[in-house]
Amino acid sequence: MTNTTTPYAIELRDISKRFGAVQANKDICLQVPKGTIHGIIGENGAGKSTLMSIIYGFYEADSGHIEVDGEIVNIRNSQEAIKAGIGMVHQHFMLVENFTVLENVILGAEGGAVLRKGIHDARTELTRLAKEYSLDIDVDMVVEDLPVGLQQRVEILKALYRGARILILDEPTGVLTPQEADHLFRILYSLKEQGVTVLLITHKLREILASTDNVSVMRQGEMVAHRETAQTNKEELAELMVGKKVRLTVNKGDATPGDTLLSAKNVSQFDAQGVKRLKNVSLELRSGEILGIAGVSGNGQSELLNVLSGITEMSEGEIHFAGATINANSPKNASQMRDMKMAHVPEDRHKMGLVTGFEAYEAAVLGYHNSDVYNGKVFMHRKVMVDECKDRMAAWDVRPPNPHLKTANFSGGNQQKIVIAREVEQNPDVLLIGQPTRGVDIGAIENIHEQIVSLRDTGKAILLVSVELDEIMALSDRILVMFDGAVVGELDAKDANERVLGLMMANAYSDDEQGESA
Amino acid sequence: MYDTLIQMLDATMRVSTPLILAALAGLYSERAGIVDISLEGKILGSAFAAAAASAVFGSAWVGLIFGIMASVMLALIHGFACITHRGDHIVSGVAINTIVAGMTVTLGLHWFNLGGQTPALTGNERFLDITLPFAHAMQNVPVIGQIYTHLLSGHNILVYLAFFMVPVTYWVIYKTRFGLRLRAVGENPQAVDTAGISVTWIRYRAVIVCGILCGVAGAYLSTAHNAGFLKDMSAGKGYMALAALIFGKWRPVPVMFACLLFGFLDAVAVRLQGFVIPGLGEVPVQAIESLPYVLTVLLLAGFIGKAIGPKAVGRPYVKERA
Amino acid sequence: MSQAKVPVWVNLALIPLLNISLAFLISGLVIYAIGQDPFEAAGYMLYGAFGYNEGIGYTLYYATNFIFTGLAVSVAFKAGLFNIGGEGQAYIGGLGVGLVCLALDHTMPFYVIAPLAIIGAAVFGAAWAYIPAYLQAKRGSHIVITTIMFNFIASSLMVYLMVNWLKSPDSLSLNSRTFEENAWMPYLHSLLMPLGIDIGDSPLNGAFIWALLCCVGVWLLIWHTRWGYQLRTLGTNPTAAKYAGIDTSKVTIWVMMISGALAGFVGLNEIMGVNHSLLLNFAAGYGFAGIAVALMGRNHPFGILLAAILFGALYQGGAEVAFDMPEITPDIVVVIQGLVILFSGALEHMFKDRIEGFFIRRATAAQGK
Repeated sequence: MTNTTTPYAIELRDISKRFGAVQANKDICLQVPKGTIHGIIGENGAGKSTLMSIIYGFYEADSGHIEVDGEIVNIRNSQEAIKAGIGMVHQHFMLVENFTVLENVILGAEGGAVLRKGIHDARTELTRLAKEYSLDIDVDMVVEDLPVGLQQRVEILKALYRGARILILDEPTGVLTPQEADHLFRILYSLKEQGVTVLLITHKLREILASTDNVSVMRQGEMVAHRETAQTNKEELAELMVGKKVRLTVNKGDATPGDTLLSAKNVSQFDAQGVKRLKNVSLELRSGEILGIAGVSGNGQSELLNVLSGITEMSEGEIHFAGATINANSPKNASQMRDMKMAHVPEDRHKMGLVTGFEAYEAAVLGYHNSDVYNGKVFMHRKVMVDECKDRMAAWDVRPPNPHLKTANFSGGNQQKIVIAREVEQNPDVLLIGQPTRGVDIGAIENIHEQIVSLRDTGKAILLVSVELDEIMALSDRILVMFDGAVVGELDAKDANERVLGLMMANAYSDDEQGESA
Repeated sequence: MYDTLIQMLDATMRVSTPLILAALAGLYSERAGIVDISLEGKILGSAFAAAAASAVFGSAWVGLIFGIMASVMLALIHGFACITHRGDHIVSGVAINTIVAGMTVTLGLHWFNLGGQTPALTGNERFLDITLPFAHAMQNVPVIGQIYTHLLSGHNILVYLAFFMVPVTYWVIYKTRFGLRLRAVGENPQAVDTAGISVTWIRYRAVIVCGILCGVAGAYLSTAHNAGFLKDMSAGKGYMALAALIFGKWRPVPVMFACLLFGFLDAVAVRLQGFVIPGLGEVPVQAIESLPYVLTVLLLAGFIGKAIGPKAVGRPYVKERA
Repeated sequence: MSQAKVPVWVNLALIPLLNISLAFLISGLVIYAIGQDPFEAAGYMLYGAFGYNEGIGYTLYYATNFIFTGLAVSVAFKAGLFNIGGEGQAYIGGLGVGLVCLALDHTMPFYVIAPLAIIGAAVFGAAWAYIPAYLQAKRGSHIVITTIMFNFIASSLMVYLMVNWLKSPDSLSLNSRTFEENAWMPYLHSLLMPLGIDIGDSPLNGAFIWALLCCVGVWLLIWHTRWGYQLRTLGTNPTAAKYAGIDTSKVTIWVMMISGALAGFVGLNEIMGVNHSLLLNFAAGYGFAGIAVALMGRNHPFGILLAAILFGALYQGGAEVAFDMPEITPDIVVVIQGLVILFSGALEHMFKDRIEGFFIRRATAAQGK
């Protein structure tokens, strides 16, 4: 750390925050010298967002305190954060889309009950700010007509207009094109020159190395390291970020891959806002192998699963599966994909995989509810469903083995077993499986992993998406790494280690050779 | 012919007045994200309170104050359910409409013993028509004279108030801090929250304004347009105002024109009752009466333009765990 | 980490009971405020609704309408849709019944007319719900607003038809001609009389039996068929519905049509059972009351049956009270109905969250020991 006699722009002392059973932040200490760009990196769920929300007054810390310019400040809501000179650019912009830039900027700082004067003053002030920080923007444009990069600029202007001297940016480049990102960093440098302190939260190592003065690493709710950026390198940071994980051991022999069962060619998908979420993804999935998809969450894995399983339609490219060609013009929905023997264990069992108000035996047929096995001409065969559920609960060791218990009342691991059992017992050819062990207790993890491997050994093709690197490494035969919606690397599981994967996930692996992917 | 037209436009103004007030009331509420189908109940409640108070105190102005108070109270119940307790806006609206429908008659019977009506209001107990200056003198000026004397002049103060509220609402919604925040809270409450403004307080203020305007609309019905309260006298005006609000795409001036259109259709329907067009038979008055609703449905379905409401309307604001 | 559970009876009995008690308490206060004795009123109400055979008959006659509209609202609720158009669908459903009766009463026997009238009610009610449903599913217009609009359109349409086409020249009021007796839904008292059972003279008729069958039918549909499965999935977790490959617009449309058909059956009770002619405003208020019934009955057919009988009793009892205590009109019942909607609907979280929280804390504490 740079030695300064002046107080830090912001200093956190022993901040802790707990949500129910989850310790999101534990004894966090952080010192950020004035006028520097300070990076905070960490995997998903490391507690970065919670920490920033505490600084910005969205949550109150359970213990610890915050100092700004050497003085303790009490931040209980956003208003107090703003008063303390803290501004935040959220990952999802907090803009009123049908307002003009000007209206968005003055919202909450209107300067009087009637807008006329406030708007006039704001216009002058914004022109000044724009010039000072090279934040050119037409203040009379309606926000929804602006490209994402400019919307972000509005967020920055909003903070500066409120007199922010400390600016927090949460994953600011996630939605930007490389050019827009470059421009953002130029803006950040000029902010820094003007004495603004920048806190940059990201999982992209390259950005950290290229733009920050200091960097702090978070892992599992704790601050694990502080480094001067000039004194560190991507290898060290990747290792700090991922940590030395206890190697999961899964008993598995070598894969004997067979025919290609599923292939995707240049599949792309745009979301409702027109942002490209999947970028020309191509992959081949063979029988008898587990293909792992590694990546920090939010880099297109969910979209990939949704497109492959028929939940969302792709925008470009095509998928070959079970003799059919699927593309934007001839889509297949989730139920058609199931009929073609594709099963899907979704990433989020609460949002997608289960209906938590249903009894277990009902949730155990979701997606297969039209099957002849469960249906007569008019009525569903309740007894068949219940008996089958009972058998599966015994086979998969679901506890309590009660088909009539509401799904919500099972523990995470048992819920997951219900979902996996449902999908696997249909004897699919291809199994898509997302975050198989998220929120699952240790004992069940082992069990689920063994099941996945034994499925592979019976010749199924398995696509595994997980943000847990150790899970990917323990289970996969082949690994694809996704970053920013695109596949940025492929390697044999034998060649994979945390360092290499960590670098790939941060899109910082062998910069010189790969360049800008996607 | 010209006389008839003037008469019909005059009727249009009278019929449109409560619609304009109620639709503007709905505009404040919905622009802040609170769906309000209890415009109907608030109008009815206020109509009763205004007529009752006016009968007791002998002053239409006192009646107006009581009408507004009753309506604001109902608005606060709606706010309490929708804002504080994250209740369903529609369910809350239905509840209020139902409670008011029963309560007005019950209380009316007890107080006045007239089968749920209030006594007939006379003199100062009503808002009387005002003759604008020079109306008499202008009468004989061709064209303009008619319009001034018979259309613009000769309405009660609440009619003028209703039309005056249109530019006022425009100004409040688009030119003041309150309006800016109100619109923002109906579009993206999280943006408002992160800007350090209380979403709850803005929404409460919006429903209170809504209550005040509905109060005026109700008082107009019972103490200006009519001379006393009758059971169910709002007769769907709240719902029609809601339709006008949608038809005017939640913007003050178009909303006013929607109300005038709907009011005009009403005036036409009354005029054409029993009118036989040679060769075509009797005019189906009911078709004209239902036109406001049909038009609104067509608009909502995107067949005639597109009605896009405030984005966060009907959704309770719950701080998300980021 | 097995989660603490709220006992079943809390949600099924305690909370509804608390809500209705609060509604009664407030309306009792209103009665007290207008200088009457609430307990006396309650006594008359109870006696009027259940004290004698004829009263019970009236109670069940009113309940019949509430069952239909309550089921209509709850089927839609179950799929996450708010059908506020029961009023209009009941009205148009009655038109369907009336047209069948007017067309066939001279030529056909009852056993032909009755099923056709049921179909007529269902088809007309469903058709009136189809348009808003289609517009919601395919064009994204908000179903609540469209169904409200359709209530008014229905009412104009009926006036038009009555005035121009269906009014009987012999009648002074806006009524169609009276159907021949073979198009009347038989009264239950006349059905039971030959068996030696006297249930008193009341308008209770065969439509009540049909209402009970509808309860069973809806129960089977929702909990025992794949269509019900899809409907519940859509209503509780739309994302899971997409995941399961359920066609949400298709489900929306047919759920609303079933809902409309159920509301349409009000016409069987009113037109075919009691009035024996087409007239105006016979459905007034029942559509909205269905919302109260559905909320009170926790969207379960059995609960709806109970809630419908409760509201039937309130309507009938309210009439009795008005007779014995002229200061109190049946409108007090409308107040109670509104309060029920307020407490068990709009303010459902007010008690529910707190009471559930209490039981969860208690259960967790017990687990901890």
